[in-house]
Order: sequence, then structure tokens, then C-alpha cells
Amino acid sequence: MSGKAPAPDSYRGPAADPVPARVPFRDRPLGKAIAEYRESASAVIAFFATVAVLLAALFANQLSTQDPYDLAKLDIMDGTLAPLSESFSGGTYLLGTDEMGRDMFSAILYGLRISLAVGVVSTLIAFVLGTSLGLTAAYRGGRFDTILMRVVDLQLSFPALLIALVLLVVLGQGIEKITLALVIVHWAYFARASRGVALAERNREYMEAARALRLGTARIIFRHLMPNVMPSIIVIATTMVARAISTEATLSFLGIGLPITEPSLGLLISNGFRYLLSGKYWISFYPGIALVITIIAINIMGDRLRDVLNPRLKK
Amino acid sequence: MSATSTLRVEGLKTYFFTKAGTVKAVDEVSFSLASGEVMGLVGESGSGKSVTGFSILGLVDPPGRTVEGKILFKGEDLRACSEERRRSLRGSKIAAVFQDPLMTLNPVLKIETQMVEAVLAHADVGKAEARRRSIAALEKVGIPAAAERLSSYPHQFSGGMRQRVCIAIALLNDPELIIADEPTTALDVTIQAQILHEMRKLCAGSGTSLIWITHDLSVVAGLADKICVMYAGRIVERGSVDEVLDRPLHPYTRGLIRSVPSRTKRGDELYQIPGTTPSLLALGEGCAFRERCPRADEACLVSPPETAAGPGRSCRCFHPHEGERL
Amino acid sequence: MAVFIIRRLLQSVFLVLVMSLLVFLGVFAIGDPINTLVPPDASDQERQAVIVHFGLDKPLYEQYGRFLANAVRGDLGRSFKFNESALGLIAQRVPATLELAFAALFMTVFIGIPLGLYAGFRPNALSSKLVMGFSAFGFSVPSFWLGLMMIMLFAVFLGWLPASGRGTTVDVFGVPLSFLTWDGLRHLLLPAINLAFFKLSLIIRLTRAGTQEVVMSDYVKYARAKGLRNGRIVFVHILKNTLIPVITVLGMEFGRAIAFAVVTESIFAWPGMGKLIIDSIAVLDRPVIVAYLMVIVVMFIFINLIVDVIYSLLDPRVRLEERR
Repeated sequence: MSGKAPAPDSYRGPAADPVPARVPFRDRPLGKAIAEYRESASAVIAFFATVAVLLAALFANQLSTQDPYDLAKLDIMDGTLAPLSESFSGGTYLLGTDEMGRDMFSAILYGLRISLAVGVVSTLIAFVLGTSLGLTAAYRGGRFDTILMRVVDLQLSFPALLIALVLLVVLGQGIEKITLALVIVHWAYFARASRGVALAERNREYMEAARALRLGTARIIFRHLMPNVMPSIIVIATTMVARAISTEATLSFLGIGLPITEPSLGLLISNGFRYLLSGKYWISFYPGIALVITIIAINIMGDRLRDVLNPRLKK
Repeated sequence: MSATSTLRVEGLKTYFFTKAGTVKAVDEVSFSLASGEVMGLVGESGSGKSVTGFSILGLVDPPGRTVEGKILFKGEDLRACSEERRRSLRGSKIAAVFQDPLMTLNPVLKIETQMVEAVLAHADVGKAEARRRSIAALEKVGIPAAAERLSSYPHQFSGGMRQRVCIAIALLNDPELIIADEPTTALDVTIQAQILHEMRKLCAGSGTSLIWITHDLSVVAGLADKICVMYAGRIVERGSVDEVLDRPLHPYTRGLIRSVPSRTKRGDELYQIPGTTPSLLALGEGCAFRERCPRADEACLVSPPETAAGPGRSCRCFHPHEGERL
Repeated sequence: MAVFIIRRLLQSVFLVLVMSLLVFLGVFAIGDPINTLVPPDASDQERQAVIVHFGLDKPLYEQYGRFLANAVRGDLGRSFKFNESALGLIAQRVPATLELAFAALFMTVFIGIPLGLYAGFRPNALSSKLVMGFSAFGFSVPSFWLGLMMIMLFAVFLGWLPASGRGTTVDVFGVPLSFLTWDGLRHLLLPAINLAFFKLSLIIRLTRAGTQEVVMSDYVKYARAKGLRNGRIVFVHILKNTLIPVITVLGMEFGRAIAFAVVTESIFAWPGMGKLIIDSIAVLDRPVIVAYLMVIVVMFIFINLIVDVIYSLLDPRVRLEERR
């Protein structure tokens, strides 16, 4: 027997505690969030619409009936046919053709792919860049913070479209250039938002604890601060993707975005513009519908995510 | 208790119909007030005292609604008359002073605008006359250089002065009843005393009845003629101020009085009523105070009625104290 | 008050200088400024003339000085395409753009604010929900697509309104304005609605949120306790408090309208600054691009200034704090 007095009855020690039962998924935070999200019918529809769009873009090759950019395969005799007309080779053009005989349906699928790619990639990069800067500014404070915020404020006081316009004039055309321009335009939103949320979190106890443990700054920011800031930033990211897609489409429509070799939906729409007035609406109309459905679906998801995640943040 | 009473509330019930359930904020409240009388309506937050005040004014917003009861103002049932009639009484014969004047005065309008409009809404006079009355009211509440201060904005006054302005607004149209909802809670103790004193003077001088809603017993001690103590939407004790404060009957009232810090001797522990205010959503049957009451037993599982203990004196309890001095 | 205005004015001038420096650096320091100021097919003589005029062989800070001096005099280069002063070209187009922007602003204020107020007062009415749904739509959809749809519907299928161009103009103090003629109005309607759409949605949402917040506020309750009539409460108490943030946004939106006019003018072939810049970009008429940038930047900064001043006039708390 050891010389120690026996532990008092009221303290059992960890070994004596029963193993907690596995919490069912629906009661865990993620499960609850998903359940709450599901409560809105429009949000669910939006979610499936977005998935459908993503799949369509990913499998554009398989889904399209024709490679719209293989000039050899195009038959100009099939030009500007209305939707559901027959082609000379016997197939049906689901959504009609443009002036070169391109099948609109296929062109839309490929266009979707490019629009989504540009939108998502640019937002992702802007997200990483802007959030890191914003979090660092909030955590460090001081001159870095002040200067960053001045820059952000200045940039945000000008409309995004204008900045993108200027950047593209300077940079020229091309898919990398427009992605870069979109990143430059959008990073500021992420920086400002993440800084705002981080400032609120900065004074919480877990941050004090991390500092007291003398963990490195980068570690504190990325392993402790960031996970708590994530929910609201993800909401913003969703809206930003929609905005990026919309901005790219507008720029391409105006002729300063993507070049003809990589046609996004915006370019398709611009292509069909001159046919609009003569009644051949489908060349612009259907790409437009695809674009609008994508953007609205993403926006609705973003709205719903914000509603779901926000009350959580208020706690 | 007849037509001489300025205000008679009978069986007032105001419920809030929320998604989480029905909150019985005011659950059968009755009292009366004679001309020139000052009544203290005392209770913790959540007791229903403010909602009572709003119900009398007819300003209960959805999801709340006054479902039952009579509110007789000089014999006229305020619940039965038209909204236009109520509007014409509000701000003229029945005036209100709320808790935080920084919130209740519109920050972007000058004091003059806010006072003149209160006059013009109820009297058919010109702006000059309205202005004159406003200056007179400001002087009555002791604001120096009244005429110049009219063109100031609310945030240019100190807290105490702001509240005086609100009192002045209440007095503009010679009200017969003033409902004051925690008007001094947001102020310093010294200012509080001044305002109390002046309200008392003003009401005594003009015969205006006053309902002073507060959670602070010490405030009503020097001001009120009679007190009603509210708990969880019901009046649990009523009587003259001396009776209730010196010889409380209800265990809750006793607990309240005992927990006033100034009553404790130095070195003694501060008294606290054990437990917390119940959620009005989950009141259940019986006396709302039974969970915290040292005298509760099975009898208290039934809701106690108000039992009289003298003229104007009653208590809602099965086991009231004998009326011994605290 | 005057101090406040002067201080903001100085800040604005400073900002204009900073932006002009940025533009200058972008044009003259990055890449070869000759390419920006001289058309590719110019002769050596012309090149030399430009070099002397802009001092391109001098040190950078001297160039900046010349740039500024020229800018103040209104000389920002000559358009390659039209061989006119770039600034002059833009000045010609400014009235058309401003007319469009004002028309859009007008619609936003007189349709958007009442709708927003209504939706704020009666948030649960079906009409309110329709208004909010509509505004959500207008908020997310790209405006160029909307413009296309409007043309499709109203010009092509229904044939009610013209699809492009500006209508007949009337000269007012030397400035040609088109909304004074019926033909002008017909041409103005669709582009103005297109430009206004996004703002309408924004203002409706903002006004509604503001109204809802104000309606629940203590001072509205107090106003009712004073026995004021509903009309007075709405128009004096609620409106002023709701409008303050709305007006700030409107001010900024006017600036953005001028920028977004780029899209609307392109779609509707409206002869304003926006269309000019797009055309110029297409043909790489760089002096015009530079001039446009400077004009836009200056416009923006001063619109911000005016908005700040108006805001301080409306909200006494801001104004009086500046005095201390």
C-alpha cells in the first residue's frame, strides 16, 4: 500500500468516467448546419442547380454533341438555325446554332467550364491572399494594419468594374491576365472582411491562451484564429465567386475580357448580340440563361449559408 | 373606488405570442389610482411592470397583445375606444417618460422640434404659442436658459438634463396621468434624488397621478403613496408605502427589502433571494415564487388568489408573514 | 462647418494628386510612354514633337511636373483615332453620360425609396415579399444580360421602345439634353432602367432594413407615446433617420453609375463617355484612355467629398463633433 491517503469519494478520476457515446451526426455542428440549411426550399434547389452546373462544366466533353471549336467539324450551312432544328447530318440542335454552325448547347457547356474556372480560381487566390493579409493585419495591428486598411479603403471606393477595366487595359487579354485582374479586384473584400471578424475574435480567451503559450505568430494566425474566422469568410467567398463570374462575363461581353480562343459565356453572349435585333435571339439568350442560373444559384446558396452560420457567430 | 379614480385597471392580461410559446407578461393585474396619487410599481426585470405601463398606453407591439381586461381612464375604457381616441390621449392627458432619454429622444431633431410637435399634436395653436409653452415647461423642470437650449440637440445635454427635458415634454399638455418607466435608472444617484424630488413637487402641485415603474425600492420609498409589487406578471402585494416597506407580507417583498444593500450592517453578508427569476415561458401551475420561497409547501402548487389584509392592502400568498416589522 | 468642408477639400485635392501620380507612373514609367502618346504610324517628326511637348527625354519628376501642368491646362494628349484633344472628346460626351446617370439616380430615389419604405413597414405583406424577391434578382444578375433581355422584350418582340441611340436633343445653356423631348425620353427610358436596376435593388434593401430598424427603435415608440400622428412620425422621425445611410449610398452609387455606364452605353449605343472608352480600348486609342481615367478619378473623389458634406449636414452628431 502506498503512503498516500486514498482519494476522496467524490473524485473518481478520468479512468472511472464512462466513455461518452458517439454523438450522432445530426447533433454535431456540421449536421445541424446542414439541417438548418435544408429548411429553405430555394436554398436546396440552388444547391442542386450549382452541382448540376458544375457537373455540366466538368463533363463538357462527354455531354456535348459536338466540339464547337474544331473548325473542321463545323458546317456553315448549319448556321443560325433555330433551337430544335435538324442538322444536315441528321442530329438535332437542341439550342440552335450560331452563325458559324456551332451547336449552342455544346458551346454553352464549354463556355460554362471557362466561366466557372476563371470565377472559382480567381476567387480562391483572392481568398487566400486577402484573408492572410486581413488576418495578419488584425492580429499584428500597428502600421501594417493602418497601411493595409488605407489601401483597401482606397481600392474599395472605386467600382470593381472600373478597376478591372484599367487592369485589363494595362495587362492585355488572356485567361491568366483576366484571372490576375479579378484577383486584384477582389482581394480587398476578403482582406477587409477577414480583418473585421479577426478583430472581434482577437480578444477572446483562446487567443490569449495561445499567446501565453508563446506560440509563433504564423501558427496562432493559421491554426487558431483562422478556423474561427472561416465561416463568415466562406459566406463571402461564395458571393465573390458569383461576382467574379459576373464581372468576367461583363468584361468579355465588352470585348476586353477573354479572347475568342477561350470563349466564356460572356463572349458567347456578345457574339450573339447583333443577331438579337433580327430575332435570332437564341445565340445570346441561352448562354445568358446559363450564366444567370449559375450566378443566382450561387448567390442563393451564399445567402442561406450566411443565415445559417450567422446566429452561431452571435453567440 | 368610483369615478373619482383617475385610472382603474381591471384584470389586465397582456400576452406575447412567440414561436417558443406564449409569454404571459401581464397575467391579471388590477389596481386603481386616484387624482394626485403616486403609485410605485415595483419588480425585477421580467416581472411585467414595463409591459403593464405599455398596455395602459396601448403601445404593445406584436407579437404581444392585450387579450383581456379593462383600462378605465376617468371612466372611459381605453381598450374599447378607437385608436384615434387613444392617440389623442397619449401625450396629452396620459403622458409617458421612458428610461433612457438618449434612446427616446430623436438624435437628429432639435429639442424645439420635438417639444413643439408634442404641443401641436394635441392643441390647435400656432407655433409661436407652442414654443412659448415649451419654454415654460423647460423652466418648470429647472433647465436654465431655456429659450437658448431649445435649439440644441439631445446629445448636447447631460444625462440628467435630458431626462428633465423628457419630463418637461410629459408636462406640456397638462396630463392627468404620467407613466414613468424607470426614468432615473440610467442616471447618477444624486441626479436621481433631484428628479424624484421635483416630480413629487410637480405632481402634488397639479394633481397629476403618477405611476412610477422601477426595480429599485429605495426610489419609491421617498416618492410613492402606495406600492404594488409585481412578480412574474402578477401583483403579489399591494398597500401604502409605509405598510409595504415596514411590514411586508409576501415572502418576495420581504426578500426584496432585505436585499437592499443599505439595510445591511457592515460585515454582514448581503442577502440575496435564492434562485433566479423564472422564465415566463415555463411558469407552470401554482405560485410563481414557490421555487425560491422558504415558506412554500404543497398548498402552493395552486395559484394563490389575492387576499385582502385591510383597506387597500392585500397579498397573493398562502403563507404570508404576520406583518411583523423587518 | 466651414472648417470641415475646407479640410475635406484639401484631402480631396491631395487624393487627386496621389491618383494623378499613379496614373502618371502607370503611363510614363511602366513601358514606353511614346507608345501611349503617339500613334504607331506617326512619323519621326511627330514623335519628336511629342517628346518635346511632354518632356519625355527629361528626368521623371520633371515629366510629372509637365504632365500635371498639361493636365491642368486640359491637355492630356490627342486621340489617335479622331486626332482631337483627348480631354475635349471626353468633355463632349460627358453630358450624355451624366444625363443617363441622373436619370438612373432619379428612378432609384423616386421608385426605390418608397418601395423600400413600404417593404419596411409591412414586411409580411405579399407585395413586400415580391418587392424583396425582385430586388434580390436585380442584385445578382449581371446588368448587361438584363439590358439584352430588355432590348429583346421591349424593342424586338414588343416594339415599344427603340433599342439604341440617343434621341433628339435640345440645347440648354449650350449643353445638349435629350430628356426634354418625347423622342429623347423614349430613347432614355431603357438604358436608364438598365443602369438603375442594380441600384434600385440595393436601395430598396437598404431602405427596408433601415426602416425596419428605425420602426423598432425607442424614439419611434416615444413619438407614439407623445401621441403624434402616424404621418408625422413617418415623415419626420423615421424618414430622416432612415435616409441618412441611404443618402450616403446614393452618393456613392452616382459615382458608380458613371462607371457602370460603360456597360449600358455599349449595349444601347448611347453616345457617352462609357461607349467612348470601350471603343477606345478596342482600337488602343491610349490618350483617350488616360484622359478618361483622370476624369473618372477626379469625378469620384469629388463626389465622395460632396457626399461627406451632405452627410454631415444631415446628421448633426457628425457635424458638431468636428467642431471640437
